[in-house]
Amino acid sequence: MAVHFKSFAQIGSKLRITGSNCNLFGKKSPINSLKTYVRYSSHFTFMPDKPSPSDGETKTLNLFQSINDAMDIALRTDPTAVLFGEDVAFGGVFRCSMGLQEKYGSDRVFNTPLCEQGIAGFGIGLATAGATAIAEMQFADYIFPGFDQLINEAAKYRYRSGGLFDCGALTVRAPCGAVGHGALYHSQSPEAYFAHTPGLKIVVPRGPIKAKGLLLSCIRDKDPCIFFEPKTLYRAAKEDVPVKDYTLPIGQADVLREGSHITLVGWGTQVHVLLEVAELAKEKHNISCEVIDLVSILPFDKKTVCESVKKTGRLIIAHEAPLTGGFGAELSASIQEECFLYLEAPITRVAGFDTPFPHVFEPFYIPTKWRCLEAVNKVVNF
Amino acid sequence: MIRGSSLNIFRDILIKLRSPSTLRLQRSFSSSSSESDEDEGPRFPGARTNWTENLKFRHSDDIKPLPVYRVMDNYGKVIHPDQEPKLDSDTLLKMYKTMTLLRQMDLILYDSQRQGRISFYMTSHGEEATHIGSAAAVDEKDLIFGQYRETGVLMWRGFSLPQFVNQCFGNREDKGKGKQMPVHYGSKNLHFVTISSPLATQLPQAVGAAYAYKRAKNGLCVITYFGEGAASEGDAHAALNFSATLRCPIIFFCRNNGYAISTPSKEQYCGDGIGGRGPAYGIPTIRVDGNDVLAVYNATKAARSLSLEDGGGPVLIEAMTYRLGHHSTSDDSTAYRPSEEIKNWESPSWGHPIARMNRYLTIKGLWSEKLEEEWRKDSKQQIIQALLAGEKIPKLDWKEMFTDVYHDLPMDLQKQMESMEDHLKKFGEHYPLKDFRTAS
Repeated sequence: MAVHFKSFAQIGSKLRITGSNCNLFGKKSPINSLKTYVRYSSHFTFMPDKPSPSDGETKTLNLFQSINDAMDIALRTDPTAVLFGEDVAFGGVFRCSMGLQEKYGSDRVFNTPLCEQGIAGFGIGLATAGATAIAEMQFADYIFPGFDQLINEAAKYRYRSGGLFDCGALTVRAPCGAVGHGALYHSQSPEAYFAHTPGLKIVVPRGPIKAKGLLLSCIRDKDPCIFFEPKTLYRAAKEDVPVKDYTLPIGQADVLREGSHITLVGWGTQVHVLLEVAELAKEKHNISCEVIDLVSILPFDKKTVCESVKKTGRLIIAHEAPLTGGFGAELSASIQEECFLYLEAPITRVAGFDTPFPHVFEPFYIPTKWRCLEAVNKVVNF
Repeated sequence: MIRGSSLNIFRDILIKLRSPSTLRLQRSFSSSSSESDEDEGPRFPGARTNWTENLKFRHSDDIKPLPVYRVMDNYGKVIHPDQEPKLDSDTLLKMYKTMTLLRQMDLILYDSQRQGRISFYMTSHGEEATHIGSAAAVDEKDLIFGQYRETGVLMWRGFSLPQFVNQCFGNREDKGKGKQMPVHYGSKNLHFVTISSPLATQLPQAVGAAYAYKRAKNGLCVITYFGEGAASEGDAHAALNFSATLRCPIIFFCRNNGYAISTPSKEQYCGDGIGGRGPAYGIPTIRVDGNDVLAVYNATKAARSLSLEDGGGPVLIEAMTYRLGHHSTSDDSTAYRPSEEIKNWESPSWGHPIARMNRYLTIKGLWSEKLEEEWRKDSKQQIIQALLAGEKIPKLDWKEMFTDVYHDLPMDLQKQMESMEDHLKKFGEHYPLKDFRTAS
């Protein structure tokens, strides 16, 4: 309960227990001080993207609203599209599906029983039978009961049937990543488990503009996609999101900041940490960092990372997931193979430790800007 | 598992504190509860039921086991004429011929595995009636999701002997491109979704497909087959429950043949089989004699109508049968069951599905020993021809290994293919390249 209470306060929003609602708990309730606590515990500062002027009309949306907007467009433009999962009908526990059932009807936006393997399998079946399936796993931490369906079934459907059948119209959305106090089962970043599976596409957006375009790409892509949404950004991240229906390429990384001394690669929330690290490195140590958002874990954009490393000669990969077997290992190995003659220091990974994701120790667990900054110094001075 | 965000929990609290029902509850606490309240029965949202003052657990013995529906006796004699389906002679003969063709193909392909010609095989011995009876009863466009022992269903729909054989060889005529083990058949044209090895995964998928069909309003249903062993998987629970809450037009067809490899059904469950579970999920259920092709036909036909009624809903059929053959070519079933037991089920007096159908047709004057002999020779010949032809067909170019992973070939995968091509230029003599050729 305490966990939930805190997460409520951080993620909190229109339903936040502040102002008049606080009376429920009495004005002197310790609840009132939580906002301060939350600011203190946040390990990143969101760095918004700027929409291109050519993208037309924009609207200020946070991450959950941009995801809602993408699903709204998907449902509007594709009459076969359905959205389902645990508690999606009333709007979702993170508000991503707000208003969609009212708009599109209960046969298109609906609750399922509480069973992740069922959700995954049901979604595969819908896609196999010609419908567009948008499945929600309430937390990425609970995707594992659906692991068999996603790994053995979804990923291999086209291959094993020689192309007779496929479930390319399936997209699985799942809130992922650190949230300040989610502990073991509301914080995980399971992308590396899925990255070992040919046949799947895995995408992690860093903000609302990317989220909308990438989610629409995933929904319309001809392969099954897993879309991990960094839940700490649901309300924290606001951008001017183009109103139009647009898609962004899967498998293409973004160079967000150009630099000459070292390349920093991350995805999801960690991109914002790295952008701040680059700023700190410039200010404090006069180090010029190139920051890349990998965007897509599978397939991943080796070319963009290689080009950057060939220029800077140094690479740091940072992710929240544990170090061993994390996707940083794959990136590191493949870049080492391609860029051996250009590397002036060992490729370094700054990641979560090889422990379960802890509750009270979260500030010491995550790859903070300070751990990243220290790594930047070490690698540059190698 | 802690679920739901705090948002949810706090919203719930707020709603509950403000809701009229809470106020009512508070009022009823303050005044003494009236008798009329009692008459309304329990108000718990989780079940509609009555109160009781007897402390009594419900045991499985308290519920009568589902009876086994049959049309014919063990000797092919119809028991109640009104239950006999009005099938024309051609259909009846097609049913019998498909059952026996399947039996012959199983015998020959089983032997061909023993001789090392194909790598693996699974027969359908003893379960022929479940395949043919059910396949004949559904619409030919209804979508089928199978487990692996439903070869006869596909045969009924017109999958040809060369198609079966080509899949088992994985040669270049195999529409599955040689990627899966033998007996993992699939056909887009015949609406039979490609088989995969992981058990029960097809069940929630079939439910999803049925939901899509319901929304498409195409008047079709989905039928999915599974063994009683697979029914122990979590996916079976998921599927039964989802199909009921989401009202999907689907027939769950369970082949209860008494064994899951070596595990007898008494080590698989303690309830009344698989059928006993249906009503617990809110699913209309019937248990049928799986060795009686007419009973299977009737049950499936009725299930189909039921599944499409009132906008759609699931139906469960449990067909009781006996797995006469070994589990697969990798199994010797006499290691765990008495050969006496197998002999019993093979004997016509125990109602062997083919013997029973044979007698039914003979009684009707549609079949004779002479016709049997001719058909045996003819079918055997067809199968051997397909086998010999399939064996000679080369496999696809090894590069096909890289196709269909994704809709398009990703750049990194393209590079892996090119590196293999370079490798084969240097070390090709160590690989069976001559057997793998592009279709000319």
